[in-house]
Amino acid sequence: MSEKRIQWFKFSSPGNFFALVEKLLPWLWTTALITTALGLYIGFFVAPVDYQQGNSYRIMFIHVPAAWMSMFIYLVMAVYAFITLVWRIKMADVLAASLAPTGALFTFAALWTGALWGRPTWGAYWVWDARLTSELLLLFLYLGYMALHAAIPDRQRASRAASLLALVGVVNLPIIYFSVKWWNTLHQGASVSVSKGASMDSSMLAAMLLLSLACWMYAIAVSLTRAQAETLDRERGATWASSLAAAQAAELDEDLETTSEGVPVQHTW
Amino acid sequence: MGHPLFVLFRRDLALFLRRRQDAMAIIGFFLVAVALFPLGVSPEPEILRTIAPGAVWIAALFSTVLALERLFSDDLADGTLEQQMLSSQPQGLMVLVRLAAHWLVTGLPLVLLSPFIGLQFGLHGEEVAVLAFSLLLGTPVLVLLGGIGAALTAGLHGSGGLVTLLLLPLYVPVLVLGTAAVSATMAQTSPEAHLSLLGAALLAALALAPWTTAAALRITTD
Repeated sequence: MSEKRIQWFKFSSPGNFFALVEKLLPWLWTTALITTALGLYIGFFVAPVDYQQGNSYRIMFIHVPAAWMSMFIYLVMAVYAFITLVWRIKMADVLAASLAPTGALFTFAALWTGALWGRPTWGAYWVWDARLTSELLLLFLYLGYMALHAAIPDRQRASRAASLLALVGVVNLPIIYFSVKWWNTLHQGASVSVSKGASMDSSMLAAMLLLSLACWMYAIAVSLTRAQAETLDRERGATWASSLAAAQAAELDEDLETTSEGVPVQHTW
Repeated sequence: MGHPLFVLFRRDLALFLRRRQDAMAIIGFFLVAVALFPLGVSPEPEILRTIAPGAVWIAALFSTVLALERLFSDDLADGTLEQQMLSSQPQGLMVLVRLAAHWLVTGLPLVLLSPFIGLQFGLHGEEVAVLAFSLLLGTPVLVLLGGIGAALTAGLHGSGGLVTLLLLPLYVPVLVLGTAAVSATMAQTSPEAHLSLLGAALLAALALAPWTTAAALRITTD
């Protein structure tokens, strides 16, 4: 059995990682597209109208997956940050840095959709509810991570400093959440609370799960694409990168020069 | 002279005292920022009392962040920091000593001034005491957490805005607990729970933050 085990560390080498992602991406994008289409169809046409909130509840099909992803991605980012600091695996930082914009995007999407849902339901775009406030602070944590990563010119220092910040953030996140929750119960005069939906129609659940899967696939695909670009940028001097570029250039030449007879074009890099 | 850590403490204090204008600027900033709240919001005594804890705490938050810029930058620029990293003393303790000196000069004055500001905002005896005590427990936490941010951004061009973005989300629990303690006193309830939690935060920060800052300094000087 041990001979058949997948060598996971093989993919921490940039060249192997790049090739693996190249194979994975079409599958990820296809799954993302199919689940999005299916989820949206069920969400908009099959799922019944909510007896209390009318049609506005349908925004939850985007809102809930986005909120899940926003928190989960930060956690994954922190894991990669930990790997970066402890084992100094370069690819771990590439992945963490590639996840951050997607995480920030989902956080923003959760806030935005929440505001659009809150207007008809609560009568206000924004209330200083505990969950809203901590989600907003999460957005700031993402922005801080990205800003620090971008601000340090030295790449090694940037990756390690940002990783440390991500870890400090993940330790603080629960403390921030509970403090905001407590603050909220103390200060809140007119209480607004989500009406507790007693039970959920199975088609609603199906749409939400499908769209969650779609968000997962999208998040993985887009951050891996970003990681690919980042890898290529960081490893532009490496042999695998230049041979890859040569192969792509040769492919391009073949497409262009179908008439000329098989003399291989010599490139100088 | 004595123990190396004590020498380091005295050195930092001496440096601060020889450049009094830095600390004075921080204190001045604190006073001006607090004074802007009545001007910006309202001089109505009732409103002033309501916003007092928040105004004082937010001004303290920004003063702390403002003061952090000088914490490691000068020592990084002239190479002192690298020499310190080579010391045989535990790095965490060295950081702790330096942060303590920093707090004595930039944090303690805010605590000492806060009763007067409390009176300006119409707070009464016990409320003023709780405000000062919450700052006494809270500002060291701000400095300890701030050390991490200062170490990560030391020597970066235009790090002031960056360090603010990094730190303010982390400061939220301290802000919430500090202001809630004062508000609880104003509502005739006991501030004990908030102050206890603030004390717990101080202990946790004392135990963890200096070592994190030391790790950040190692990254910065690497």
